[in-house]
Order: sequence, then structure tokens, then C-alpha cells
Amino acid sequence: MAEVTLPHDMPAVYEPSLFGTYSKKIGMWLFLMSDSLTFGAILYAYSYGRISTPNWPTPFHSESIVNATIMTAFLLTSSLTMVLAVRASANGDAKAQRLWLLATMACGIGFVVLHGREWSKLIAEGLTLPVFPKLPGHAAVGEFANVAQTVQQFPATFFGLTGLHMLHVTLGVVYLGVVALRRNFIPVLLVFWLAAWLGTPSYSPFHYGAHVLLAAAVVCSIVLWLKPKVYDPSDVEVAGLYWHFVDLVWMFIFPLVYLMSAKIL
Amino acid sequence: MEAFQQAIAERVAEQQRHHGKAQFFWVWGALLAMTAIEVYLTYQNLQPVRMLTILMGLSLVKAALIIGFFMHMKYEISQMKWLTMCALVVCLALMMIFFPDALRILSLGVK
Repeated sequence: MAEVTLPHDMPAVYEPSLFGTYSKKIGMWLFLMSDSLTFGAILYAYSYGRISTPNWPTPFHSESIVNATIMTAFLLTSSLTMVLAVRASANGDAKAQRLWLLATMACGIGFVVLHGREWSKLIAEGLTLPVFPKLPGHAAVGEFANVAQTVQQFPATFFGLTGLHMLHVTLGVVYLGVVALRRNFIPVLLVFWLAAWLGTPSYSPFHYGAHVLLAAAVVCSIVLWLKPKVYDPSDVEVAGLYWHFVDLVWMFIFPLVYLMSAKIL
Repeated sequence: MEAFQQAIAERVAEQQRHHGKAQFFWVWGALLAMTAIEVYLTYQNLQPVRMLTILMGLSLVKAALIIGFFMHMKYEISQMKWLTMCALVVCLALMMIFFPDALRILSLGVK
């Protein structure tokens, strides 16, 4: 095998990319395309189940629809603040960039909290999965308990689809926190973990789901200590691509899962 | 390597300079308005197939706005636009191959 040795002071020559942009961005686009196929497959599975099930329920009352609409507004607003963060970063305005990123995270946290509240309400009303812990001293009776027993695909696809999306939003908030605050975000993340873990009852799926934040804190600590860096405009832009994708996926989940299952009186 | 990073940062900044702040607010307003239309249509008692067609149409427009403006795809070179979007659309469209099977189950009845 031939060996070539380049002197250290030799200026690097890069062949221009076929896609006319830098590799980090192309890498993120490739990841987003693969993740689109994941969500696409689950949305198709949901639609398949719906088409092949004649008595598919439409259980969502206006309260759930209003809640989901507010969640949608949170995500859309977070996309606006994210794009303003990217712009501020490109203009070299570090303070504005951090503020817009924190605003984006706040909208993302608002989305997750509203979604968690919705899940808890549905579980208390009987829409649950066998893997979820049983509610102590509570026998659910009513419409949602009936739905969970008669059309088991409904809770399975609902919790599977919205749960995977909620996980993406949560990890997106962590990603933005790392870009905005770097190492300072780790203690904040641990506070979030403790609040989510101790603030939810032991029979809530979020009591166990909160450990995702602990796992994220460990991974972020390793990354930030092994390779500390100041994130430049390209890093903020790539983080923005991920965040907008999370928003984009919700634009299909919201009408398919909520609006098409609204209870019209 | 620092010079390379600097060049990337300058390129990002140069791309961003073409984007007026106002257009992002317009896109955000349009997305919110389309969401409001979707919610309004939900309570208009439309036929499910018509309802689904309208909702998916609006969702595709919203997705195009997010990809085009917020994700800056509109400002990428044509190779980037066509290769990524065509690959994605073709892969997603191929998944529709399963839908006739779902309809078959409906007409046969689940055994």
C-alpha cells in the first residue's frame, strides 16, 4: 500500500461538496431523512389500522382538541424562535442567539408538559396500555376504558406515535440546551430529571420515562468533557434543522391522530 | 482546520443575510392560520374522505413552508433540493403499497 505523508503546515484543499454545503448539515439531513421514514412507517401503520378497523373510535372531546391545538401553537412558535436564533447566531449576536434558543426550549418544555398532562388524563380515564403501571385503587370505567378494551390498536398506535414524538421533542430540548449553555446545562438537566422523577406518582409512565433525562445528562457530560467547544453558527443551524423536523412531524400527527379522531356531537 | 470552520461560519452568515426577518413572521402566521382552518374544518361534519384529503393537503403545504423557509431548503442549490426531497418522497410513497391490503381486510372481515 502506498503511503503519503503531508507536512503539517500544508494548507488543506477541500473538494467542493456535491450538495454545495458543509458535511455537518448534509449529515443532519441524512439523519432527518431516515427519521422521516421511521415516522412515516408508524403513521402508515396507524392509517392501516384505521382503514382495516371498521369501528375505529373517535373519542377526543373538544378539551383534548383545544389542548392539542395549543401544543401545535407552542411548536410553531418554537420554530419561529429557532429560526431567529439561527439568524442571530449568523449575525454574531451571541446574547440574542442564547435568548432565542432558551425561548425555543421554553416552548418545547411547554409542549411536553401539556402533552404529559393529556396523557395522564387519558390514562386516568382508562385509555392505557398493558405495559403501563396500574393505577392503585382505580377501576376505569367509561368511554376510554371501553375503547382500550374493544379496539386495542387505538391506544397502542396513539401512545406509540405520540410517545416517540414526545421523546424527540425532549431530546431536542436537551440538544438546544447543550448548544445554548454548554456545560452549564448539565446541572439544569439534572434538576429537570429530579423534578420529573420526584414530581410524578410512581404509577405514572413519566415516573420511569424521566430517566431518559438522566441518561441524556450522562451522555451530554461525556460529550462535553471529552470534546469541549464553542458552538459556531453552523452548529446552531444544524440544531435548528433537527428542531424544525420535530415541528414538521407534528404537522401530520396532529390532524391524523387528533383531528380525525375528534368527537363531533 | 480553524480557517475551514471560519469559512463555514462565514458561509452560514452569508446565507442568513438573504433572509429578511419579516418573512419568517409571515410563514409563522400562515402556519398558525392553516392550523386554525384545520381545527375549524374538524367541526364542520365533512365526509371523512373529504376531510382527510383537505387536512393532508394543508399538512403538505405546512410541511413545504417549514422545509422551504425554516429549514432553508429554498436557498440550497438544486442538487441538494432535488436529491434529498425526491428520495424522501419516493420512499414514503412506496409505503402506500400496503394500503390495498388494509382495504382487503375490511372487505373480507378480520378472521
